[in-house]
Amino acid sequence: MAVLVIAEHDNQSIKTATLNAVTAAQAVGADIHVLVAGSGCSAAAQAATAIGGVAKVLVCDAAHYATQTAENVAELVRALAADYSHVFAAATSAGKNMLPRVAAQLDVAQISDIVAVESADTFVRPIYAGNALATVKSADRVKVVTVRTAAFDAAPLGGSAPNEAVPAAKDLGLTRVVGRELTKSERPELGAAKIIVSGGRGLGNGENYRTLLEPLADKLGAALGASRAAVDAGFVPNDYQVGQTGKIVAPQVYIAIGISGAIQHLAGMKDSKLIVAINKDPEAPIFQVADYGLVADLFAVVPELTATL
Amino acid sequence: MKILVPVKRVLDYNVKARVKADGTGMDLANVKMAMNPFDEIAVEEAVRLKEAGIATQVIAVSCGAAVCAETLRAAMAIGADRGILVDCGELSDAELQPLAVAKLLKALCDTEAPQLVICGKQAIDDDANQTGQMLAALMGWPQATFASKLSVDGNLATVTREIDGGLETLEMTLPAVVTTDLRLNEPRYATLPNIMKAKKKPLDSVKPAELGVDVAPRLAILNVAEPPKRSAGVLVPDVGTLVDKLKNEAKVI
Repeated sequence: MAVLVIAEHDNQSIKTATLNAVTAAQAVGADIHVLVAGSGCSAAAQAATAIGGVAKVLVCDAAHYATQTAENVAELVRALAADYSHVFAAATSAGKNMLPRVAAQLDVAQISDIVAVESADTFVRPIYAGNALATVKSADRVKVVTVRTAAFDAAPLGGSAPNEAVPAAKDLGLTRVVGRELTKSERPELGAAKIIVSGGRGLGNGENYRTLLEPLADKLGAALGASRAAVDAGFVPNDYQVGQTGKIVAPQVYIAIGISGAIQHLAGMKDSKLIVAINKDPEAPIFQVADYGLVADLFAVVPELTATL
Repeated sequence: MKILVPVKRVLDYNVKARVKADGTGMDLANVKMAMNPFDEIAVEEAVRLKEAGIATQVIAVSCGAAVCAETLRAAMAIGADRGILVDCGELSDAELQPLAVAKLLKALCDTEAPQLVICGKQAIDDDANQTGQMLAALMGWPQATFASKLSVDGNLATVTREIDGGLETLEMTLPAVVTTDLRLNEPRYATLPNIMKAKKKPLDSVKPAELGVDVAPRLAILNVAEPPKRSAGVLVPDVGTLVDKLKNEAKVI
């Protein structure tokens, strides 16, 4: 039986998190089908056919998938799941929201946020903010799995899978999306960025965060992140948060500025390829994971760094 | 209207989690336990709805060993009116899994008929992020996960949710499940008089079998290991050296 991967998309294009989920699904060793459920989503469906290693793209185009509410998408996935051994989705806010509904309706466990596929029924997932890795084995008929995107490379493009229309499930009409405010940014997304510049409480306030970190991020073409302390203090919105309860990232370079390195922050970034830390406190735990550490006053050295690059 | 708030007893978030040497699980002997922080936010939100005259009763529920009664007392010290312990006996924290908890909560929702269930979005031990969504699915209810703002007007709830890249606002008709994100509120500290009062609030105990729920684990835990350690690198004396290393040693910029 095949693996069904739920695509994350905006009806126009496929989010990169889906490509990471496809790579994880390939480790199961079965055909991969990708589901694109949306409204007026033919452009996204077309984009999905180009994902390498995909055997078929299922397209469900109906008005009640326009905002892809968890209730309606889960109802559709539940109906399709009978033909699959596995259902995968990226562990993004959309995947985490929707997929447990599918698992509950199928009366199976969900395996959340996997970082490795050991075999078709055995997976590795972090627990306790990444302080431990649990290897778990599922005896359920359908394995319902969310994938930590930072742990898997993006599947290459260049495929040419056929499209197949599938009928919509009924509209449950349970929730109505009345607004979405998406942060408009020219910068790369946190989850897909090669370089991340991240700020913590050491910056003092939101104004300092912007005047010091934005020019550095612009110079590096980097995404901007923050610690939970900086989010709690209101420097930046919550979607900047890197950590156990925010985004889990693994960029090529992670530059932590004024971040002490609490356990829950380290859980979100310690798999970065290279970590740079700038903090005035030489005892800050962030230096225990940093490849390059600079003990200095960030207000002096960050502008200098931006000017030198 | 009644609000039901599930609360989980977990390793205190300030305590470093340690893996047992034999790889069978976490070492939880003689360590400080506390209410899952997201559940504290859930209790606070429910109590505020009661204080605003919207809710009439806040019921805290905890599933696990008998000692979870402490967590229920903590919820009642914040302001929950009563507690229900689902006593799962010898089952360990790792063996009591989200699907089973969702089924236990469903059984309680069927008898208590709350209009709203407010859950933490995830527990900081297994980091599963499933129970609220599973409960909503089993009940056939709408859900609003990762809430940063909640308002209730009659039987209509409006919820602002934290999503990737920004915020989303949902409307749904009650009954429904809401799961809490960090910025929903800042839980109050329980005062000593309220801690004393909480000791006198009603606390019922029920067993999974009485609720007709099979709580046997679905996932077998084969091994629990420490992740590979990241070793500390070098300290650089100044910005010039840092840039030089990034350019010429790591070759990343």
